[in-house]
Amino acid sequence: MSASLEKGIHALKEQVDSTVAAFFSSCVHCGMCADACLFYTETGEPERMPINKVEPLRRIWKSEYTLLGRIGKLFGLTKKVDDKLLTEWETLVYDSCTLCGRCSMVCPVGNDIALMIRKTREGMAVAGHAPEGLIGATTRAITIGSPMGVKLPALQAQIRHVEESTGKTIPVDVEGAEYMLLLSSMEIMNFPEFIEAVSKIFDRAGVSWTISTEAFEATNSGIQIGVSDLAAELVQRIVDAAEKLKVKTVISPECGHAYMAIRWEGPNLVGKPFSFKVRHILEVLNELREQGKLEISSRETQKLTYHDPCQISRRGGVINEPRSLLDMVADNFVEMPDTGKMNWCCGAGGGVSSNERADEIRLKVFQRKKEQLDAIKPDAIVSACSNCRLNLEDALEEYNMDIPLLSLTEMLADHLAD
Amino acid sequence: MSEIEFLDWVRGPGFQIAAVIFVAGVIIRILEILMLGRKKNLAEARGSEMLGGLRTIVTRSMHDKATFQRSAFTIVSGYIFHTGLLLSIFFFAPHILMFKEVFGLSWPSLPTPVIDALAVISIIALLTIIARRMSNKVMRFLNTPGDYLAWLLTITPLVTGYMAFHRIGLPAPTLLAIHILSVEILLVLFPFTKLMHAFTLFMARWYNGAISGYRGVAS
Ligand code: SF4
Ligand code: SF4
Repeated sequence: MSASLEKGIHALKEQVDSTVAAFFSSCVHCGMCADACLFYTETGEPERMPINKVEPLRRIWKSEYTLLGRIGKLFGLTKKVDDKLLTEWETLVYDSCTLCGRCSMVCPVGNDIALMIRKTREGMAVAGHAPEGLIGATTRAITIGSPMGVKLPALQAQIRHVEESTGKTIPVDVEGAEYMLLLSSMEIMNFPEFIEAVSKIFDRAGVSWTISTEAFEATNSGIQIGVSDLAAELVQRIVDAAEKLKVKTVISPECGHAYMAIRWEGPNLVGKPFSFKVRHILEVLNELREQGKLEISSRETQKLTYHDPCQISRRGGVINEPRSLLDMVADNFVEMPDTGKMNWCCGAGGGVSSNERADEIRLKVFQRKKEQLDAIKPDAIVSACSNCRLNLEDALEEYNMDIPLLSLTEMLADHLAD
Repeated sequence: MSEIEFLDWVRGPGFQIAAVIFVAGVIIRILEILMLGRKKNLAEARGSEMLGGLRTIVTRSMHDKATFQRSAFTIVSGYIFHTGLLLSIFFFAPHILMFKEVFGLSWPSLPTPVIDALAVISIIALLTIIARRMSNKVMRFLNTPGDYLAWLLTITPLVTGYMAFHRIGLPAPTLLAIHILSVEILLVLFPFTKLMHAFTLFMARWYNGAISGYRGVAS
């Protein structure tokens, strides 16, 4: 057995806990999870169904953690995890799953299959079976500080641009600020309007906030590829900066997996509770709304819908906040069929967008979203994740659909009262 | 062995052996799961783990409309055969007598014709389920010998019970003995097949609901 395979198997063993064992023990092979997964519904290929993706983890559970499996192992009867299996499963575990968690909502016995896939990735990655694109992104995140290779000078340049256009200073490295804003590389490079929007809203609401030059990157490729050590290192950078600046709350920007990484996985990755709170930008904005600090002077009249980013809604719990905010600013807000915690993924989460090999299938599974959109024909789509936004723009273009994408934060800023 | 001796054996030693293996097996399987433990969640909670877990134990039996439409066959056939099976196990008068002998507890029974109908409905549902298992693309892909074994273990007591009640083909004591034996085989293999989901699904649902509930999502 190669050293990396051995490490992979060890990592898979480490992932087996009582939840995994209860899930595998309960699966009745009913196939319902297939109907909930866009990678099956849009391709019709049974191997892409959710529960099949966790086969490597299942084999380890079976042969190491069940009585029957252990007896079977003595007689060489259990199925093994080897490089051949992992090679075959790589495209299922990474290219055909966005960790969207929709399967976990329908499985009749209650299996959290998305969690098991996330765990399977831990073994796949250390065994050397992760996609090139994700390895590259993770390496850049660790060495440069950003999966897209965005360095501090790039952020500083964007900050300068924003300051020039708004005439307001962006608070940088301010000790004792209440909020510390994180950004995703995509926001820095593709959507700097987001920084401008936050600056405008916070300025009007009189919020004390800052951006840290030591930890501004919110995304965490470590959790997408499934290497907890690296993910923990990326989280620790944020923890150090937040503690250094003594902020009360760290704000996760419009990025789904970044929220998952810092809000839900973060403390568990670094092994201790945070001394500060973590909130998604929409939670902060909704709090400001409740406090009456978010005053608007105009409303959106076009027909809008909201695309729930999986890690923010279904996996993250921020479902009502965007709707309350939309109620405040939009006259004609329409839900897609299957919405909120049952929304369909855009097809690019969970590292799929960083994995070029998955481009074709990513665009194919977008048909699910297309069907949802065709049902209500909105004038524009509002969302709260730059990754969803980039992917939706790309896929809409591919399908010749002319529907603009709006960031909820930016939209609110546009309607703010002077 | 005469037919009466056969019946005595399945009612006596046979039953005891099956019951011991069943109980021990189920306990081992449950401990095997629970003893693995799980790490405490260190993130600040947004909702209750316990409430979320309990809620999902209940709500996972009810699907939203769109999910229902997508998986209508699985849900409807599953509901029918589970209901029929459980009612005929626990509300058939002779079964209740048996439970009274073993546990000292008894409860009202359903009229025999109702049980009879339920058994037939369950058998039909199970037949459609196996037909689908053999024809549906996803099911064929998932199928293992264990799936067929579990199906066989479930339908056999229903069929033998129906035959025993209607005295089809063989002398009554033999039919009854065969029925009891089929239940004993089911009990013995129960902990080592996917039939175990009857117990573990409560844990799985609880964990699922707890993980989501902690984040403030009703799963
Ligand atoms: S829906 Fe659940 S029980 Fe059914 S096949 Fe998928 S994981 Fe197994
Ligand atoms: S998490 Fe989403 S993409 Fe992955 S298997 Fe489940 S439904 Fe499919």
